[in-house]
Amino acid sequence: MFVRGLKRKCFDGEEDIEGTLAGIKAIPSYNLQRQSLLDMSLVKLQLCHMLVEPNLCRSVLIANTVRQIQEEMTQDGTWQMINTQSTGQASLDRLVSTDILCRSSREQAEGKHVPGYSTFNKDFEGDQAQDNSETMSTVSSVQAPRNLQSNVWEMENPQENKGNFQKSLDQIFETLENKSPNSVEDLFSEVDNSYYDLDTMLTGMMSNTKMGHCDGLETFSSPTTTASNSNCKSDLNELDHIVEILVES
Amino acid sequence: QNKSRPHSRGEYNVYSTFQSHEPEFDYLKSLEIEEKINKIRWLPQQNAAHFLLSTNDKTIKLWKISERDKRAEGYNLKDEDGRLRDPFRITALRVPILKPMDLMVEASPRRIFANAHTYHINSISVNSDHETYLSADDLRINLWHLEITDRSFNIVDIKPANMEELTEVITAAEFHPHHCNVFVYSSSKGTIRLCDMRSSALCDRHSKFFEEPEDPSSRSFFSEIISSISDVKFSHSGRYMMTRDYLSVKVWDLNMENRPVETYQVHEYLRSKLCSLYENDCIFDKFECCWNGSDSAIMTGSYNNFFRMFDRNTRRDVTLEASRESSKPRAVLKPRKVCTGGKRKKDEISVDSLDFNKKILHTAWHPMENIIAVAATNNLYIFQDKIN
Repeated sequence: MFVRGLKRKCFDGEEDIEGTLAGIKAIPSYNLQRQSLLDMSLVKLQLCHMLVEPNLCRSVLIANTVRQIQEEMTQDGTWQMINTQSTGQASLDRLVSTDILCRSSREQAEGKHVPGYSTFNKDFEGDQAQDNSETMSTVSSVQAPRNLQSNVWEMENPQENKGNFQKSLDQIFETLENKSPNSVEDLFSEVDNSYYDLDTMLTGMMSNTKMGHCDGLETFSSPTTTASNSNCKSDLNELDHIVEILVES
Repeated sequence: QNKSRPHSRGEYNVYSTFQSHEPEFDYLKSLEIEEKINKIRWLPQQNAAHFLLSTNDKTIKLWKISERDKRAEGYNLKDEDGRLRDPFRITALRVPILKPMDLMVEASPRRIFANAHTYHINSISVNSDHETYLSADDLRINLWHLEITDRSFNIVDIKPANMEELTEVITAAEFHPHHCNVFVYSSSKGTIRLCDMRSSALCDRHSKFFEEPEDPSSRSFFSEIISSISDVKFSHSGRYMMTRDYLSVKVWDLNMENRPVETYQVHEYLRSKLCSLYENDCIFDKFECCWNGSDSAIMTGSYNNFFRMFDRNTRRDVTLEASRESSKPRAVLKPRKVCTGGKRKKDEISVDSLDFNKKILHTAWHPMENIIAVAATNNLYIFQDKIN
């Protein structure tokens, strides 16, 4: 079903491309400028992603700019065209490829459902799983449908998150809260970080409607996504121990 | 280190230097917390000592700075070197005498207010009650009592339940200079909210909301970024407040929420360069602004070591430069001009020649005198009115 949907969309997309191309030829420089602004913003967000403690204000402003561009491009119809191009995919892939440490069994199952998207969504799910290991509130976002902007992706894929673009933005936000991996974090990759951000955990507990989705956490088989207090405490000790060793050396 | 007398000589020496914060390591998040100071605020002086609050991203400290220029001599129990005297040798009692000594300035930490902020602290503001102060980070504002370090009250929280919905952050906050229940906070969307702590414990609902409607003709993808407010300051009178966004300074009457009463363009010539400034991240620079003691003038910084002053009464403005070449002691600063188009006159500087690495983010105006302090990267300049 999904595959057929994809084909249908492509078809529509192609039709639209004709029309849009004509429009684009009329004002090539504005669209190019807008595209380059979009690319620049994505790169900035990606760099934020890699920083140990990104500046939240700056990240929010850049993300809002990206959303604005996306909205305008969606209205123009140029958004669909961009998404079907491989170049667009490539840039988004780059966006998520940096910190995939594990894949959960759940997303692998979903990967089977959506062969057409497999590389794409697996990356997202993998990244999402990584983020899930860090916050509980992220889990809800994976499963809850989002309708921030209506675009073709939404209609084709009601179960998946809407707008890979939006998703990548949101992942970035989650990761902004819980700093992205660097070489030091790779050392601790097996440690469950989800309880370390007490603030986010408490918030996750407050948003009670979303709590139900946390059952989904149980199905994750990856070690980094299990969340239990005993793990947390022993991991804390482990962490201290590791840091002691690092500091002494 | 000795104090200098500013009026007679116009030169300054360092009074005191101390390390306020050290880098820390947050083991839970595997993050280093920088020792970089974000804000400093003086407390009103109540005795001979000076008190100030300084903050880095996470921790606020109260420092006491005191002078010592006398030393006691002639102790009974110890000799001049500080060694204890043998009690059997003491045959007479004497009264220690205070003798003058070289001025020593001591800074000692009196309070450490920690662990109350998840995000980076951007503002601190001492209340007019002289007992409390607020600290603001990107999403929350906390109220502290100066005597109590293990507890703070959260008075504003704009963190969404779902971080994906985050589109706006707090950029600055300040207490009203006279009404100890009133404070304002500014946002990255160019809005200011005035809150009254008497209305509720959690001031999520504002009493007043200040926002200037957007000019549709100048809308661009950068509109939101340049509308983000980097600093907010009440006037000394408490009747007005001033906000700084990327290109302008706005003065607001607290009784009028729908638009500012005055707008001053700091460097409008940068509007056509916003894309480049976005690319090199300069568009995210956070400039501060300040009032003079009588609220008749305002000052803010710009690029190329330029800073701008605006006279609210005469509507005149001036651009000055804080650099070694133009700041010989006692020399009068020459007004500078940026050439915005057309033929560049002599002594004007073109927009493309501006050095965007030389930014003046921090300026301060003496509360009573016409003396200003301007921070240019790693140099501090102090300027004062010509002595006639």
